[in-house]
Amino acid sequence: MTRHSEQLDQVFAALSDPTRRAIVARLAIGEATVMELAEPFAMSQPAISKHLKVLERAGLISRGRVAQRRPCRLEAAPMGDASEWLDGYRRFWEASYERLDALLEEMKLERRAGAARKEKPRKRSRRR
Amino acid sequence: MSGKYPLQVTGNGDREIVMSRVFDAPRELVFEAWTKPELLKRWLLGPPGWEMVICDVDYSEGGETRFVWRKDDGQEMGMTMIGVEFVPPERIVCIERFDVPWYPGEARTTLTFTERDGKTTARTVVRYESQATRDMVLKTGMTTGVAASYDRLEEILEGVLAK
Repeated sequence: MTRHSEQLDQVFAALSDPTRRAIVARLAIGEATVMELAEPFAMSQPAISKHLKVLERAGLISRGRVAQRRPCRLEAAPMGDASEWLDGYRRFWEASYERLDALLEEMKLERRAGAARKEKPRKRSRRR
Repeated sequence: MSGKYPLQVTGNGDREIVMSRVFDAPRELVFEAWTKPELLKRWLLGPPGWEMVICDVDYSEGGETRFVWRKDDGQEMGMTMIGVEFVPPERIVCIERFDVPWYPGEARTTLTFTERDGKTTARTVVRYESQATRDMVLKTGMTTGVAASYDRLEEILEGVLAK
């Protein structure tokens, strides 16, 4: 459980940076080398490498073992964990609110019945 | 009856998510359903298969509200809220924290109830600690389906990048 939340923290932290989000978006299309990733950014390869390390630690990307190229690729699993949780949010409220609709209908009926019960003796007492 | 009033989810500013829903009932009833444990246990359950096993409610300033849900397969989910402001039957403000966080840090939730023509709008504003968190919650929360596919990932990222 702790490991799960620690990883989520790392995923969110990793994606809090615009450069890293752009790198992940690029890797969603296909794997790329550090040089290819550095190209569209006005950034040195060491700077890009630093970002890649953060993404790697969060488990968002992995790097090939081919000595010189070491292409980076996207790992979907941690994002899956995050989005599965987040996706539940809307469904949770939709389902709950539909149930609340039904409960409110019931409460309205009860209230009407209660009001009717209260009204009867009052009418009787007025007649007396 | 279902889907009579849609659930609206939108972003507000950098760090907020606003969720709004109309209920065909007067405000006191909606407020009652939100504040009485025996009523909360009947509706605040999410998808089928979950039950609320702990429902301690104290929305007052500094008070602690604790919800724990359990699924039929034994899975549990819990959250604690600390009261910030309680103005019946208009407003409930608290700081929420999930036992197993699914976003970093805390979130401040402001729930307001407004009545018009016998209908009540419940508006929830959740303020997260950072814009990145908010964007993730918003972008993913807007879509449906559970599959963690690359297509979905791309969609999420495009949304984030379009910002």
